Amino acid sequence: MALLVDKLRPRTLDALSYHPELSDRLRSLAQSGDFPHLLVYGPSGAGKKTRVIATLKELYGPGVEKIKIDARVFQTTSNRKLEFNIVSSVYHLEITPADVGSYDRVVVQELLKEVAQTQQVDLGAKQRFKIVVINEADHLTRDAQAALRRTMEKYSPNLRLILLANSTSNIIAPIRSRTLLVRVAAPTESDICSALHMAGKKEGWAESEVLNKRIAKESGRNLRRALLMFESIYAQNEKVTDKTLIPPPDWEALVTLTADEILAERSPARLLHVRARLYDLLTHCIPPTTILKTLTFKLVARVDDALKPDVIKWSAFYEHRIKLGSKVIFHLEAFVAKFMRIYESYLMGMDF
Amino acid sequence: MASSFFNNKARAAAAAASGSSKLKAGDNKEDSTRLQPWVEKYRPKTLDDVAAQDHTTKVLRRTLQASNLPHMLFYGPPGTGKTSTILALAKSLFGPALYRSRILELNASDERGIGIVRDKVKNFARAQLSQPTGLDAAYRAQYPCPPFKIIILDEADSMTQDAQSALRRTMETYSRITRFCLVCNYVTRIIEPLASRCSKFRFKMLDNSAAGERIASIAEQEGLQLEDGVVDTLIRCGEGDLRRAITYLQSAARLVGATKPPIAKDADDDAEMTDVGSNSSVITVSSIEEIAGVLPEDILDSLVEAMQPKSSGSVYEAVSGVITDLVADGWSATQLVGQLYRRVVFSEAIPDIQKNKIVMLFSEMDKRLVDGSDEHLSMLDLSLRIAGVLRGN
Repeated sequence: MALLVDKLRPRTLDALSYHPELSDRLRSLAQSGDFPHLLVYGPSGAGKKTRVIATLKELYGPGVEKIKIDARVFQTTSNRKLEFNIVSSVYHLEITPADVGSYDRVVVQELLKEVAQTQQVDLGAKQRFKIVVINEADHLTRDAQAALRRTMEKYSPNLRLILLANSTSNIIAPIRSRTLLVRVAAPTESDICSALHMAGKKEGWAESEVLNKRIAKESGRNLRRALLMFESIYAQNEKVTDKTLIPPPDWEALVTLTADEILAERSPARLLHVRARLYDLLTHCIPPTTILKTLTFKLVARVDDALKPDVIKWSAFYEHRIKLGSKVIFHLEAFVAKFMRIYESYLMGMDF
Repeated sequence: MASSFFNNKARAAAAAASGSSKLKAGDNKEDSTRLQPWVEKYRPKTLDDVAAQDHTTKVLRRTLQASNLPHMLFYGPPGTGKTSTILALAKSLFGPALYRSRILELNASDERGIGIVRDKVKNFARAQLSQPTGLDAAYRAQYPCPPFKIIILDEADSMTQDAQSALRRTMETYSRITRFCLVCNYVTRIIEPLASRCSKFRFKMLDNSAAGERIASIAEQEGLQLEDGVVDTLIRCGEGDLRRAITYLQSAARLVGATKPPIAKDADDDAEMTDVGSNSSVITVSSIEEIAGVLPEDILDSLVEAMQPKSSGSVYEAVSGVITDLVADGWSATQLVGQLYRRVVFSEAIPDIQKNKIVMLFSEMDKRLVDGSDEHLSMLDLSLRIAGVLRGN
């Protein structure tokens, strides 16, 4: 049994329910025969991947849906072996080079060259080129991006790239200028509501409009999250009314709890306690940035207006440190300590 | 066994090659020109075509008449025509027949390092000039064909120091038969001994009128319909980089389907196409901005408005609301930082002393974004701190 998110994922450009002008554009690009390299960016849960898959289908027909997963082994210059998973159909490949960390350059170079040097085997194919979809392109290292740059020009008859990224900030300018930028904005709350409404109707669930609106608000304009929440609510409750509680994810509940604890007492002992909580979150593979961000916004909501810019300032400061440093817990803890200090000194009305 | 295997493979390869070349000759002809990036397609063919670098082209034209050339170092911001100039010069010096044997073009971003300099460059540099055969007098009259070769090192500033030092002696030893042309963005990254061996040419930022003419002429040749102000928008978004502006133009043309070749298909398909063509083949200002990822002015306005100090309460709610929307709509933080910066710096309403402080914030934020910080937090921090400065503390 598949999750709603997968089951109801639109398969064609026509089935997409929002951003109609974007769908039109993608369609005209796919039909023109002159398909450029694409860089698709937008927040997570906005439907980037869905649009890309639909575009692929528009380009090649239903053949792209027959996919298989290969595990390939690459060898680095220092003779290290890398295991790498490739999702592929006859017409396209899908890779996540960020999986192999700093060795992504090896994968990008070898794999793309290999793909680019072979022509399309299927003579009946609609397009002569193959498409390589690169997930999380913003996590590619500079080296890998520089390697892409040459590949994009040299092999463009046989190869088109679709890069998926959350933001274009980390993509180097030469790549940005070689691709067509496609921005996928997050769906609005009413878009989410109508998507939930459709999902409910398909499943035959009795639904409540007010609840849908609450879910849409709670999801932060992330459709994937909204659908998951929607499904979990219906799985947990037999009868759903307007006032049914929306259960937050476990980790979020824990972060909320931590925020409460920080606000309740500011002392070294509490800091030690909070550290245990943070470790708990980290060992469950919650990304540190997510922890810090969620914690910040929970705290900001509860402190006085005058303090808010300060909290944000330090949060951004330590987030930057997390990215630069190597030991995440130091910076998370430092943020908590810093927050306790500025909060305490604000309450006492003096600096120390 | 092995030999027959190899034979087979070789034969198959040969067959495939001949087959594909035939295939290419057959149906790729009109494809290849259409699929070519316009940046390549409209690269200037002669020195006279190079837009708006009068000083440099004048000097070079004189050397063209004298048939002598110093070593050269071209530097300037991207997209100002450095590579185009040297390629155009090389073409007008040697013409198509000699171009291959007299020019070595190395793109430093792929093949750099001392090994390449020692092997490839040195070997090319010391090779004796091949005497052209079968060139008639007309060819000679048209192209001067001076007795030296040119080695073009593109993106020379990304060459390692070692590789650059390895060039030093090579440049002098073979200067009788070889000239070097280094092309780079940052002249400071070229080591001093190399720079002093070259005559330097600075390429200035393109001024708007020259870039505008160029874009307009490309649009005309491609048969595009442009809305009023599109050319200005392109220049603004390109920020002095003509290549970027042309790429944007091509992307826009693809998007609106103006380059779509008129293929007659079955009836309903055709109807749809003409339908698309009739209402969207005009390139609009907003489509250019969308491609360039430029934030619309009204979003920026609302952010600036939200940052203004309020008489009562804090700006937090307003600013965080705008930023949350910005993030959800997927706008890029670097773009926001750039546009906001221009807003603030050119704003008359902000006193200079505050601008000083604000500019420091921008510098810090740019560094953070490059390091890969979270965009949401960084943007929020930046706007809140600017708001703080505006309030006067």
